[in-house]
Parts: sequence; structure tokens; C-alpha cells
Amino acid sequence: MSGIPHDHYEPTTQGEKWLHRRLPIVGLLYDTIMIPTPKNLNWMWIWGIVLTFCLVLQIVTGVVLVMHYTPHVDMAFASVEHIMRNVNGGHMLRYLHMNGASLFFLAVYMHIFRGLYYGSYKAPREITWIIGMLIYLLMMGTAFMGYVLPWGQMSFHGTAVITGLFGAIPFIGDGLQTWLLGAQAVGQPALNRFFSLHYLLPFVIAGLVIVHIWAFHTTGNNNPTGVEVRRTSKAEAERDTLPFWPYFVIKDLFALALIMIVFFAVVGFMPNYLGHPDNYIEGTALKTPSHIVPEWYFLPFYAILRAFTPDVGIVMFTSWITGGIIDAKFFGVLAMFGAIVVLALAPWLDTSSVRSGRYRPMFKWWFWILVLDFIVLMWVGARPAEGIYPTIALIGSTYWFAYFLVILPLLGVIEKPLPQPATIEEDFKAHYGKDKDTAAAPVASPAE
Amino acid sequence: MSNAEDHEGTRRDFIYYATAGAGVVTAGAAIWPLVNQMNPSADVQAASTMRVDVSTVEPGTQLTVLFQGKPVFIRSRTEEEIAEARAVEISELIDPLARNENVSEDAEATDINRAIGEDEGWLVMIGLCTHLGCVPTENAGDFGGWFCPCHGSHYDTAGRIRRGPAPENLPVPRAEFIDETTLLLG
Repeated sequence: MSGIPHDHYEPTTQGEKWLHRRLPIVGLLYDTIMIPTPKNLNWMWIWGIVLTFCLVLQIVTGVVLVMHYTPHVDMAFASVEHIMRNVNGGHMLRYLHMNGASLFFLAVYMHIFRGLYYGSYKAPREITWIIGMLIYLLMMGTAFMGYVLPWGQMSFHGTAVITGLFGAIPFIGDGLQTWLLGAQAVGQPALNRFFSLHYLLPFVIAGLVIVHIWAFHTTGNNNPTGVEVRRTSKAEAERDTLPFWPYFVIKDLFALALIMIVFFAVVGFMPNYLGHPDNYIEGTALKTPSHIVPEWYFLPFYAILRAFTPDVGIVMFTSWITGGIIDAKFFGVLAMFGAIVVLALAPWLDTSSVRSGRYRPMFKWWFWILVLDFIVLMWVGARPAEGIYPTIALIGSTYWFAYFLVILPLLGVIEKPLPQPATIEEDFKAHYGKDKDTAAAPVASPAE
Repeated sequence: MSNAEDHEGTRRDFIYYATAGAGVVTAGAAIWPLVNQMNPSADVQAASTMRVDVSTVEPGTQLTVLFQGKPVFIRSRTEEEIAEARAVEISELIDPLARNENVSEDAEATDINRAIGEDEGWLVMIGLCTHLGCVPTENAGDFGGWFCPCHGSHYDTAGRIRRGPAPENLPVPRAEFIDETTLLLG
């Protein structure tokens, strides 16, 4: 499966041989788990395991929550309270599921920004990136539909706002929104179908995760240098890599354990910190919460949605040039989805041949501004749409698009990259390599 | 065997096209019910009407009823509110159309075209912000009418959009008075 030369599974016992001839599943698992992995991977390469853990956690807790939940407008809210108060350990299961979603998104953002910094999206890993983006989209859809299920005030009106995004599409919008909701307004049909899809999509994600892993096991992992593993011979490849088991599994599990300490502290002591009190009020069509905000992980894109009001120049221009078909509302929707589209197109927008940001002196600055921009958008997305906040949101949104559409294409042309190490081994030795003969001096001298 | 050199339509080509065509039709026929089941069901579609007793609504207050799953604002307006709405020029409006199902589609958004009844006292609107469907709050915003808390859309005392991201005036549903105090919706 991997392009990097390495040992393959050889069945030894009679039983293994018997099975291998009929179903080579042990070989498949062996080759997957023993994949040669660049030995210089740093701590930003642990998020994949965290994400896998989150998916399993969400599926397991979700399946048991469904045993007690009722997807009906008159009973959904009460059934969630039933889980909280009556079901044995139910409050813990629900809090794990709620906060598990937050950990899932924290991990996916770390994972995505890791990819952006180290150029993991670049050739030949475009497919891995695109599959990852599809997973991210499905995660957003799943999280949104899951948030509807407790049928609180935020659930109800969040559904109205998000399905309203589809209603903004010219000509077909109204029909599409009605089709999605199964009615003219949010109600029983919407709750019922979101429940069905919320149960389904995690399994689709699980399938795509396998494709994601398959893709990067074919190309090999990227690494902090962005330099490829040498693959002319097995001996050479082994100087750049270590097998995933046990080296990286142990490292990843150690990181996961640290993250779990923080996660369980949140679940145990402040489980509602990331939620909204309004969602503990049963949903009603007659009243909207005074300040409606999505969950924290949607805020940056929510800020982009709100940034493009009718008094913004580009909105007025677009509206005029399209004869009013693209009004401010539709423009905001296009901008929000566009923000994810440009992210997905990064492999083709980045013109630099150097993969890792470590060797790109100008890129580094723009990248960290993008990270800051993401945080600012997240902050401004939670603020009311008045005063200075829309202006900040507009500047932040503009930078997001400028980074992908202007800065990434231009940097590849104007930037002079730093020299890269010839091999991963060379980089590894420079950082950690203590061969017996060369290492003695630099270690010994500070001790004296 | 390649059909590339064979320019005459062969029986095999015909079978390919016929099979592909039958496949597409079958797939479409299989998918359509799966798509269509998500459209509003018969009970949801069943167009209903609703009678609302408005005798208790004092001028300057609003009754909100749930009609076909949506909140409907029924407001008895004060003289000042009506005067304020009348004073607005059509050219000042973001959306110059009345958006009233009881008048013609291209009617201007004058106050008389927005109100129900001759004296302009009653305003009946679907209480969903035309931006993304939140419920605007009454007696709020910079124009004395409604304010949507979600994304900051301001509506005036005739429910017309004046500032913020919403593109259209609050829509007026089909409504008429069947006697002094009973409003018929739908």
C-alpha cells in the first residue's frame, strides 16, 4: 500500500497461511500499523489520533444516548432532561458527547492549521487534503444537526438561521429550504430528519477517514521539513523513518492522555462552559433568544456570513452587476461557503515549491496572521452585530480571502526560501542526533 | 473489439445506449421518491385558515399567534406610529415593494399598502426576519418598529426593512377582517 519500501507481513503458522490465502486481512492491518513514518514528526502530528479517538467517542456515546432520546417536538427536550436526571450515568454520557464535539473541532482546527503551516496539502497529498475537507464539512453538518436535537431555544432558532442560508439562494432557495425542513417552518419534520442524518453521517465520516488514511499511507506522511522520505532502497528509507507501531503509537497515546486530563476536567467540572444557557429553555417559535450565536467552532464562519452587509462596497457592486440577484444576504452565504472553498483549494493556490513553512521566511508571518485572524473572527462572531464589530469582521474576512487568493499565489513568486535539509535524517540528527562520536562535545561543555 | 473504426451504428452500440438509458431512468425513478419524501407531507401541506379574536389587542400592543408553524404579528398601531410610517418616502426604503399578499405584487410599500383595513390601524405580518428567519422583537430598533436580535436588522412601524442585512420588508400574509374583531388568516 505504501510507496516507501518496508517489510511486509509474512504468514508463518499454518493457521495464518490458511487465513492469508483466503482473506489477507492480517497483512492489511500489519502493513497499516507498521507504516514507515518520518522520524522527525513533532507534537503537531498527534491530532490525527485525537480526531480518531473523538470519532469513536462520539459514536459510542451517541449510540447509547439514542437509547433514551425521543425525536419529537413535544418530547425531545424532556427526554434530554430525562437523560440528565434519571438515566444511570446519563448526565456524564451527555456531557461527554457535548464536549466531545468541542474537542473534535479543536483537534480538527489544529490538524488543519498544521497542514497549512507545513504544506501538507501540497502535491502529492492533494487528495488527502480534499478528503480531509470533505470530512470537515460533514463534521460541521453532523454537529449542527446534533445541536438541533435537544430542542432548546438555540437549537430551534439556530435551525431557522442555518436553513435560512439555503433559502437565500436565488430562485430555488425557498423551495430548497422547504424541502430541507419538510415544512414552511422549523418543526417536527426537521427534527425527525436531522436525527436520522445525525446518526448516519458519523459512519460516512468513518468511511472517509479510512480513505484519508489510505491516501496518506500511499504518499507517506508529510513531516516538519517537508522533505520527502528517501525511497530508493529499504535501507535508505529506514534511516529517515521509524515504524508507526510502537514508536508513534506510544507518542500519540501519551499526547492523548494529556489531552484527556484537560478534557475530563472540563467534562467533570465545567461541562456547560462552552454551551449557551438559552438552550436549557425549551424551543418555541414565538420568541428568539435576544442574542443568537452558534457554537464556538462555527463562529469564524458565522462572522464571515455577517460581515457582508448591504453598505459594503463589494456587496453593492456585486448586487448592481448581477441586477440584484446576488443581494447582501446571498453574498454573505457565498462568502461563508467560499471561505471553506478557498481553504480546500489551497493545494492549487499555493505556488511555492517549498513545502514546509519552516523554510519560508515571509510565509511564516502571513501564516501566523491567518491564525490570529481566525481567532479574531471567532471572537467577533460571538459579539452582537453592532458598533465596531461588523468592521472588524469585515477586515478579518477580507484577510481570510486575501491569504488564499492573493498572498499564497504571490509568495511563491516573490519569496526567497531558506535552504532545506537534504534528507530527514540530516534534519533529525541536527536536532536530536547524538551519534556516539559526534555528540559528546556539545553535551559535555555546558555541564563543566 | 474496438468500435472506434466501426462508424456504422452496430447492434452492440444500440444495446450499450439502451442499457445506459434504461439504467439512468431506473436510477432516477429510484432516487426521486427518496428525494420527494422530504417535501412537506400532506398534513403539513393541508392549507388551513385560522380565525383570531383581536378584541383584546389595545392600540400600541401586539398579539403574536402561531400560524402554519410561523409566528404572525398582529399589531394595533397608535396614531403616532401610523403618522411616522406615512411620513417615509418610498425612495428612503431598502425594499420599495409592499410584500403584501392582499395587494398586487408590484405595489409600492406605502403605509396603506402594508396595513390591513382602511384606517391603517392594523398591521399583520409574518414575524420572521427576512434575513435568516429569527423572530424580531417589537418596540425596538432605531425606527420604532421591530429589531431582529440575530443580525441587527431594523424594521420601521410599518414593518419595512430600514437598516441591517435583511433584504425585504416583513411579508404580510393573506388576511382580512370578517367582522369587527375577528381576523381571518390564510
